[in-house]
Amino acid sequence: MTQVDIPASVPAQPAHHAEAERKWTDFFTFNSDHKVIGIQYLVTSFVFYLIGGALATAIRTELATPPSDFVSPDFYNGMLTLHGTIMIFLWVVPAGAGLANYLIPLMIGAKDMAFPKINALAFWMIVAGGALLLSSFWLETPQSGWTSYPPLSLVSGKVGEGIWIFSLLILGTSSILGALNFVVTIIKMRVPSMGIYQMPLFCWSMLAAGLLILTGTPVLAGALILLAFDLLAGTAFFNPTGGGDPVVYQHMFWFYSHPAVYIMILPLFGAISEILPVHSRKPIFGYRAIAYSSMIISFLGLIVWAHHMFTSGTPAWLRMFFMIATMIIAVPTGIKVFGWLATIWGGKIQLNSAMLFALGFIATFVIGGITGVMIASVPFDIHVHDTYFIVAHIHYVLFGGSVFGIYAALYHWFPKMTGRMMNETWGRIHFGLTFVGMNLTFMPMHELGLLGMNRRVAMYDPRFADLNVLCTIGSYILAVSTVPFIVNALWSWFKGKPAGDNPWNALTLEWQTTSPPAIENFEGIPVLTTGPYDYGKNNEDLEASSTDTPVLSS
Amino acid sequence: MKIPSSIATMLAGIALTLVSLWYGQNHGLLPVAASNEALLVDGLFNTMMTISIGLFLLVEGVLIIAILRFRRAKDDTTDGPDIDGNIPLEIVWTGIPAVIVLVIGVYSFDVYSQMGGFDPNAAGDPAVTQVAMTGEGDYAAPLMDGSNSHGGHHHMALGIGASPEKAGQMADLTVDVMGLQYAWIFTYPETGIISGELHVPQGKDVRLKLKAQDVIHAFWLPEFRLKQDAIPGRDSELRFTPTRAGDYPVICAELCGAYHGSMVTRMYVDTPEEFEAWKQQQIASRPDINEVIASLDRPRTDVDYLTPYADDMGLEPEMLRSLHESHAGAEVLTQSL
Ligand code: HEM
Ligand SMILES: [Cu+2]
Ligand SMILES: [Cu+2]
Repeated sequence: MTQVDIPASVPAQPAHHAEAERKWTDFFTFNSDHKVIGIQYLVTSFVFYLIGGALATAIRTELATPPSDFVSPDFYNGMLTLHGTIMIFLWVVPAGAGLANYLIPLMIGAKDMAFPKINALAFWMIVAGGALLLSSFWLETPQSGWTSYPPLSLVSGKVGEGIWIFSLLILGTSSILGALNFVVTIIKMRVPSMGIYQMPLFCWSMLAAGLLILTGTPVLAGALILLAFDLLAGTAFFNPTGGGDPVVYQHMFWFYSHPAVYIMILPLFGAISEILPVHSRKPIFGYRAIAYSSMIISFLGLIVWAHHMFTSGTPAWLRMFFMIATMIIAVPTGIKVFGWLATIWGGKIQLNSAMLFALGFIATFVIGGITGVMIASVPFDIHVHDTYFIVAHIHYVLFGGSVFGIYAALYHWFPKMTGRMMNETWGRIHFGLTFVGMNLTFMPMHELGLLGMNRRVAMYDPRFADLNVLCTIGSYILAVSTVPFIVNALWSWFKGKPAGDNPWNALTLEWQTTSPPAIENFEGIPVLTTGPYDYGKNNEDLEASSTDTPVLSS
Repeated sequence: MKIPSSIATMLAGIALTLVSLWYGQNHGLLPVAASNEALLVDGLFNTMMTISIGLFLLVEGVLIIAILRFRRAKDDTTDGPDIDGNIPLEIVWTGIPAVIVLVIGVYSFDVYSQMGGFDPNAAGDPAVTQVAMTGEGDYAAPLMDGSNSHGGHHHMALGIGASPEKAGQMADLTVDVMGLQYAWIFTYPETGIISGELHVPQGKDVRLKLKAQDVIHAFWLPEFRLKQDAIPGRDSELRFTPTRAGDYPVICAELCGAYHGSMVTRMYVDTPEEFEAWKQQQIASRPDINEVIASLDRPRTDVDYLTPYADDMGLEPEMLRSLHESHAGAEVLTQSL
């Protein structure tokens, strides 16, 4: 469509003095280069993923048997709270921000983000907030789950809860600063030749996610500050013993935390829209539909929060409104999924690790999406709310939709970030283990929830033991699955096969400069010669041209 | 991409439909349905399951076929066809999900209304009833009055109230349910019975009035597909008609502290005779109310919490003791009761 009409002109000039100027110590400083910050984010969040994953493995070990016999029940709740909090606020959200930091300026031909210092600040706040949260292991673990509903959060330990609140305030502030940067950069800093409809879809999805962060996060901050007053100063905003209303907290909390799932998943929706066309050599199907659907999801995401409260203090009319609003989100999401399927259909698919994870993303996210529509239905949600059915659902969305997406993105952009290829064999082993482990861990949880196993329990009815054993075995496979990835990433970073500037023959701008890119990304201002997804548009030229930059000839 | 129209596609479509229809009815994933409300929910679930399996097979099927059919040959460096849109196709796949969610939405609405979700009197929530009851007088006995649904306040239910046929009628039996860390206390206001287990008569219209003493708990009856939070400072209710005699777990579904997992009891659906007998026996051996209160106020230990469930959960006595020794800290928490 529009992409074809872009006037062809001079290809971007890659800068050829990349690696010499970057020292490894840069990664431990207050460096304001968006590429350093992007990698800082990605590595840091992956470390937190390993910590959150270790907690998940411990949780599953406890749940391998019905009684509470591996850790104490309070420590179990501490692990559960930290697992949820770490996975969301210190892994998926920052990993998305890391990708955005690395990619957005490159994709739009900018030299850096709009506010480089704020960018660095936002990253280091993640480290500070994360360290503060982890300190609770030595002081007192927060006990009330990552949702931290009062009054429970007000009666189960001031120290742990206080740490949790302040750490989240820091992480939330970081997220706001990051989002501000993304939105301004995308709107203001595109190269002159890039109109909004020539922008890669990743930028669209980060725009949508950024707007969502800017709207939702301040409300969470408000809730947390009021909760801190109740906890530490004895006010009674949410404390019923003083006349407060705990349901108000739930509204404020979910006003942010429901959009949070879109904040987590929109960047990966964007990444998948980048990866599929490259590795199936076809244009993305329905560029505008996919771009708009991100914006629609972002808007609808803001008006569905109370679907987490169908069994709580919500009146019937509210339940119905939020049911319908929630179900409608399935439509733009469906548009994306079908667009992806049509993109690979009839293409020339190369099943490398990036593509495997991208297809795995679709395959598993769809399950989470379908159960999402089911639990939007109030009468059914009343049955499964706060059960393992929900645990299964969130993990199909967050593991299938986020972790697979992040892995796909890492395999896809690793050559750009490091200048080296990752090992494909180990990548496939990594994918196989992750895919099997993920489904074995979370598929049986659907049935557990339907049958009557509630969530957040350290001890459960012995009749659920068998299915729980399956889940636990799955979680061990998942734990093992990270090993080939870590070894592969570290080894390839230093010793991998040199990648060249554009190993995938991709068309988006980030591939038109050196790998890794020089400090200011491009020499001069790059000019678009093709749209981001013009695969197959000039097949004749392609065949005739030399192999190194075939896609740029036109 | 051409719109699939070959015979093969049609056959695949038929097979997919048949499999979905069959699985949607025969998944066997839910526990028994012990009330009419549960049957309604199950019908909805089966429908959603049918559609879901169809969509699931469609998407995974397209993925697998694409992977098998459209692999790039080893030395093929050309691109695929430059197809980047197809408006009719895009309209179709926007329209179909829209229709599907519309159907599920309407069906859910209907089930919810039949279950009694819209009973305007279900809520005893003070904040809400003040609005709902303006000019209505005392809200302690509004169930006598069918004309309650007035003004703009039709849907103030917190929980599940009377089903439309029973609208405006008193329930046959009302039980006050109090959730506290980590037990459910059932009080029968007519007889003064206080019990840790719930007994209800089969076939009767039962109304549970939920309250919480300390933190939020959620009252869940899996076999009845009913759940409602018990929130401190607010009242909510669940109203249903048990149809199947037997005993069923009562579970707390909202995280309420370290022993949330052990906040389990049972609901007995008795025949009316059994129920009568149980009532008489309870009245005969009724503990002094002060004693019950006192026993609730006494700080309890981990062992006290877990002992009643030790059998259920396969806990060993030694384990309980070791729990007791190593985690005296939990007692502090429980003293806040
Ligand atoms: C690595 C494999 C993982 C395993 C084995 C795992 C397992 C679990 C388990 C057993 C629970 C407890 C459920 C409960 O008792 O309520 C849980 C909760 C949760 N998990 Fe995971 N998880 C994994 C990865 C993830 C990821 C990647 C994310 C997010 C991106 C995530 C987000 C959550 C959240 C938000 C909760 C809810 C916590 C709460 O209820 O407070 N998990 N997980
Ligand atoms: Cu409870
Ligand atoms: Cu509980």
